[in-house]
Amino acid sequence: MAREEETSDKSAAVVPEPYWNSYKAGALLGLVLLLALVVTGRGLGASGAVTRMAAYSTQKVEASVHGGTSAEETTFAKRNAYTSQYLKGPEDPLDDFLVYMFVGVIVGGFASGVLAKRASLSVTFGPHTTVARRLALASLGGFVSAFGTRLARGCTSGQALTGGATLALGSWVFMFAVFGGGYALAYFLRKEWL
Amino acid sequence: MDPMMPVSKLAEWSQGSVIASAALLGVGFGFVLERAGFGNAKTLAGQWYGYNFAVLRVMFTAIVVAMVGLFGLYYLGLVDLGQIYINETFLWPQLVGGLIFGAGFVIGQYCPGTAVVACATGKIDAMIYMLGFVLGLVAFFFAFPKLESFYMSSSKGRVLLPDALHVSTGLIVLGVVVMALGAFAFTHFLDKKLGKSAGGEV
Repeated sequence: MAREEETSDKSAAVVPEPYWNSYKAGALLGLVLLLALVVTGRGLGASGAVTRMAAYSTQKVEASVHGGTSAEETTFAKRNAYTSQYLKGPEDPLDDFLVYMFVGVIVGGFASGVLAKRASLSVTFGPHTTVARRLALASLGGFVSAFGTRLARGCTSGQALTGGATLALGSWVFMFAVFGGGYALAYFLRKEWL
Repeated sequence: MDPMMPVSKLAEWSQGSVIASAALLGVGFGFVLERAGFGNAKTLAGQWYGYNFAVLRVMFTAIVVAMVGLFGLYYLGLVDLGQIYINETFLWPQLVGGLIFGAGFVIGQYCPGTAVVACATGKIDAMIYMLGFVLGLVAFFFAFPKLESFYMSSSKGRVLLPDALHVSTGLIVLGVVVMALGAFAFTHFLDKKLGKSAGGEV
């Protein structure tokens, strides 16, 4: 478990390949998005799959606490107006486009990381902070992001990227709000990264 | 010529085709995100602290390519826009959700997609981010009864920028391209000014 620079500075250790030029990466990302739109009629997404899995797990955990599968129908998750949208009907809640895409993202990310010699257990953090601070902020950031993403009905992938390319009004509002919220807070957390 | 894309509604696809197409698109998505440097919180933090503008460059390039491709194919009569999923607009929830999401981004220095890719390449901070994300989701589920009226407020339906701004689609597409080029130029200006190198390196 090493800090990023330390792993890459060791001349004897594996040297990761440099990242792609941003415009090349952006153009290819755009082509993947275009393909998703015109072939399937859907775009790209990341938070939707996690939300679905979380709703499903909430129901399962609740049911096991309250007495097995027979309790599934009466769980909070089943009655809750938000989670029930994933849990009603006879279909398997995990048999979903975004869930399969999620699995693909893991495979693609892992393949790229391995091929570029970048896959290794490590913590990424700034030069003037500690691992403990980084992990505490990472978990808080995840918690806060989850609230934002559900209120906005999507994250950077489903709203900013896909909604941006399809010119959806609300997605552009979301995108500018993300940059606004981010820059408003960035100054106060600068010591974590600079 | 009749539009030939999308092939048909996803709901009419066989399960195998849905799995294969979604998984393959996901592989491409994950691969490119990792190559762009987005599986690394330092790349992402660079956007907020001015030492690496990969986030803006990659995102706006992707949006421009997909947008020009989509609306270009539409003008050629090859795509039926009515069959493409367009996010519905809920103005206030998306504005407030975006502000909160932006704050979460800066606190955690990941967003869901980039965190998944970072997890896949062994970043422990990304795994912790995902843990916080799942806890946040569960908290949202339980808070939903109180949030529901706001969540459903200012519903505008399927609104595109051209409708909202009363400008032709072609002009909006051109405007987005010009805005993206302007933003790219600005980031290169900042690179020069701040003495940082361009490109995706961290």
